[in-house]
Amino acid sequence: MSKKSQKFEGDPKTTGHSWDGIEEFDNPMPRWWLWTLYATIIWAVGYTIAYPAWPMINSATAGLLGWSSRAAVAEQIAAVEEGNASINAQLVEVALTSIPDNAELDTYAVSAGGAVFRTWCAQCHGSGAAGAKGYPNLLDDDWLWGGDIEAIYNTVAHGIRNEDDEDARYSEMPAFGRDEILEPEQVDQVVNYVMSLSGTPQDASMVAAGAEVYADNCVACHGEDGTGDREQGAPNLADAIWLYGGDYDSLTATVHGSRFGVMPAWTNRLTEAQIRAVSVYVHQLGGGE
Amino acid sequence: MSKSEPAPSLYAPREPIFPKRVSGPFRNLKWIIMAVTLGIYYALPWIRWDRGSNLPDQAVLLDLANRRFYFFWIEIWPHEFYFVAGLLIMAGLGLFLFTSALGRVWCGYACPQTVWTDLFILVERWIEGDRNARLRLHRQKKMDFRKFRLRVTKWIAWLLIGLATGGAWVFYFADAPTLLRDLVTLNAHPVAYTTMAILTATTFFFGGFAREQICIYACPWPRIQAAMMDEDTLVVGYREWRGEPRKHSEAARAGEPQGDCIDCMACVNVCPVGIDIRDGQQLECITCALCIDACDDIMAKIGKPRGLIDYMALSDETLERGGAEPRSVWKHILRPRTLVYTALWSLVGVGLLFALFIRQDIEMTVAPIRNPTFVTLSDGSIRNTYDVRLRNKNGDDRQFRLSVTGDPTLSIQLEGAPADTVPVPADTALLQRVYVVSPRESGPSNSGNTDIRFWVEDLSNGDRAYRDSTFNGKGN
Repeated sequence: MSKKSQKFEGDPKTTGHSWDGIEEFDNPMPRWWLWTLYATIIWAVGYTIAYPAWPMINSATAGLLGWSSRAAVAEQIAAVEEGNASINAQLVEVALTSIPDNAELDTYAVSAGGAVFRTWCAQCHGSGAAGAKGYPNLLDDDWLWGGDIEAIYNTVAHGIRNEDDEDARYSEMPAFGRDEILEPEQVDQVVNYVMSLSGTPQDASMVAAGAEVYADNCVACHGEDGTGDREQGAPNLADAIWLYGGDYDSLTATVHGSRFGVMPAWTNRLTEAQIRAVSVYVHQLGGGE
Repeated sequence: MSKSEPAPSLYAPREPIFPKRVSGPFRNLKWIIMAVTLGIYYALPWIRWDRGSNLPDQAVLLDLANRRFYFFWIEIWPHEFYFVAGLLIMAGLGLFLFTSALGRVWCGYACPQTVWTDLFILVERWIEGDRNARLRLHRQKKMDFRKFRLRVTKWIAWLLIGLATGGAWVFYFADAPTLLRDLVTLNAHPVAYTTMAILTATTFFFGGFAREQICIYACPWPRIQAAMMDEDTLVVGYREWRGEPRKHSEAARAGEPQGDCIDCMACVNVCPVGIDIRDGQQLECITCALCIDACDDIMAKIGKPRGLIDYMALSDETLERGGAEPRSVWKHILRPRTLVYTALWSLVGVGLLFALFIRQDIEMTVAPIRNPTFVTLSDGSIRNTYDVRLRNKNGDDRQFRLSVTGDPTLSIQLEGAPADTVPVPADTALLQRVYVVSPRESGPSNSGNTDIRFWVEDLSNGDRAYRDSTFNGKGN
């Protein structure tokens, strides 16, 4: 209504700018808009007093409410751990082999174990658990020290060939070439024989000679048929999987200088529930027995 | 400093508006639209719809916790959200269509801000009386008992409407009868109470106090829609060439023949945004057409034809000023622009309907695991792993059998399942890890990759669905 009277008094006020004859009204802002602006300014000042905001030389003001993002995260983590406490206790209590049959525990163990794996195990075994040269692939059906849940649990808990854990499984292959246990030509022969075990065609005379060398030096651990011995972590030489490579050069290097893969023990670094969870996780990756 | 002329204020206080009661065809249309839209809004969550024992029986339900959207016989899963996107596109195109044909018809009739403001003004009128009574009450400085009683009654009524509005909103997200019981017994989730409190406050404030300020200052739509209007768009306008010079004007006093406008201010008094339509089209006008009703009423009383203020198009104004007849309404509405909008709108609608009808009750997606691309097993065979998501949209549990085609040597294994069949519970998506194995020295093992096709079969009725994927071999 004030609008009407304004208009009847004369031309509406304009900014005085004119572009191609087009002028711009100079209408006032609504008063409530101004009050909203003041309110937001007051809010902003109050906010910087209540929450950490003003930068000082070494830190920032703490804020009257004492809130900190670090403490908030710690609180959230504590809440999650508290929420998981009962299922973690259950995970520790039950028999390892019964976990996959318990849908709720299994789901939890696989997802919690996956998180543990990606944090602690992926550095060597890869984020997809496919391993690398010298670091076993955990997806396949070939296991050095056993592939049922209990064997996996043992390996994770105590590790392999480390000096920190008395229960760590230990074995050592002699360096047949370097320590001059075998002549270089004998190494050559036994490599030919081992390659023939997994079906690669080789020179028959070399294989025959290699078989003798094998029978004298290798049978104790790798077995007569070359299928290995899990008690000693001796690899199966008759399958298609090679931890350090199955070609002539790699095998020669292995027989000549031996291999000595080490895995740390996790008992003192992870909780019992975490070790059990990661064992269940690894077991269900596709190769579990 | 000059004392004679005070500097103009940069900020203007809000001018209170007291729209007068009006009756007529447009007012009746607005009443009907208000009753229908508010009726749908408040009643819809209470309609029941039987979906069997496993699914909720609420006809319209946005089940955020379980990620399902139920609309009568349709159930939308999160991966089918394109239906919602399509509906939004249709809503947008529909808005373009109506704006190009009828101007700000959305603003004037259907916008929630308009509908609720209309409702709030109705309540205000019931409690405090019509325009003159409200003006008197407003100008009365002293807060006596009567003013206090009327104000408090009005605010309580507004708050109750706000509460019902916020309440109806939360009923769309949970089972309405259960939630109502929980709300009343104070057992409902805090989110429900918070949502209701916020919506109650915004309804109360926007409908009771902010009103036209929202349309003028807060809403972006009035700024955009000018782009959709042209000289054929029907908008509310004043037939200045017929009305002027109005009564009381200088020209009329000077003895010029007086126009039809008797300057009774009826059109100004009923306006909910407080403008004078006789000044021409202006940004504030939401084309609610109440001024048409008001003016037609006056014209009837003084024996003049209706339509001094009326829906008209700019092209008609030019015609009428030249003394010609205006063109028919349909000639304005049916023009290439509106036909193109209608065609686009229908195209999206038909596409959505088509997508709706070809939907299957079983679905599968296949994600090959690329880390690593393949695994060599001890017998030399090559294994690929896939994350297969199986969706059972039925109301009961089903057995799904998985198979793979593409090469006869390929075989399939399911993690954690003894055979090729897996149970999928009702209305569930199941993530199943699937292994595909190719024997040593077979075609797929030795090639780089092989195209394969996964099949899923619902054992209860033989329905099948498939997905294509790739098998990675060792390469040559």
